[in-house]
Amino acid sequence: MKYFIGLVVALTAGWFVLSGQTKPLFYVLAGMSVLAALWATARLEIIDRDSSPYHRGILLFSFMGWLFIEMIKANIAVIRAIFRPVGALSPGVTVTRCQARSDLGRTLLANSITLTPGTVTLDIADGKLMIHALQGDGLTSDSFTEFSRRSVVAGDERG
Amino acid sequence: MLEQAASIAAFVGQGLVLAGAIVTIIGSVGVLRFPDFYTRIHAASVTDTLGAGLIIVGLVLLGGGFFVTVKLLIIWGLILITGPTASHALANAAFTSHVKPLGRGDLRQPSASDEG
Repeated sequence: MKYFIGLVVALTAGWFVLSGQTKPLFYVLAGMSVLAALWATARLEIIDRDSSPYHRGILLFSFMGWLFIEMIKANIAVIRAIFRPVGALSPGVTVTRCQARSDLGRTLLANSITLTPGTVTLDIADGKLMIHALQGDGLTSDSFTEFSRRSVVAGDERG
Repeated sequence: MLEQAASIAAFVGQGLVLAGAIVTIIGSVGVLRFPDFYTRIHAASVTDTLGAGLIIVGLVLLGGGFFVTVKLLIIWGLILITGPTASHALANAAFTSHVKPLGRGDLRQPSASDEG
């Protein structure tokens, strides 16, 4: 039920901020579009925790806040690498464990690692991630423990 | 006072858009300079994240207004979701078709003839 309510709230809010209209006619149109979208989602049977994670908004936002800081740090590191001689690069591939069990948690982790410049997820299988890193020196399978832990909190726990 | 705040916001906004453009150019330089496919993806993601991010935050300050802001943030959110997805699709395709990543030993030692 919370997935359904979350989806209704998200669709309505989305419609309102994108249209910005407040005339009665537009409320009718909004209601019709939200109902049509709900009907389509229900018919596809995809109203579940992975497609409607809106009730976890606060968890996801706090994850994103942390991710932004990591992103800026990683950006600076890669920009420095761009200006250094190519010989100073130490690209490498590492394997790390993905603690998240849900699709949402795994997607969050793999997508965040790829989003952070300097690391790209190559493959995911059997709860393990294969990561290509621009600076492979000093990178171990523990380097992504913090990432993994936070993606579990944001994507897995409590529902 | 309000006018002053608005002009400061516009000034900062212009600065951020300019910074975003510069970061985007730096990312493109990285794509050209880096030695192999996988390392070039890293340079491209600088353009995706910091470049696009700075430009959008700058546009928020320049544009003003609730609806413009929300729409710009939605655009940013879409970039943050689709960018890594595309990067991963490329990297995974290269990996499954056995494109071998360069290791540390494969890189030339830096020398005077290294430019370009």
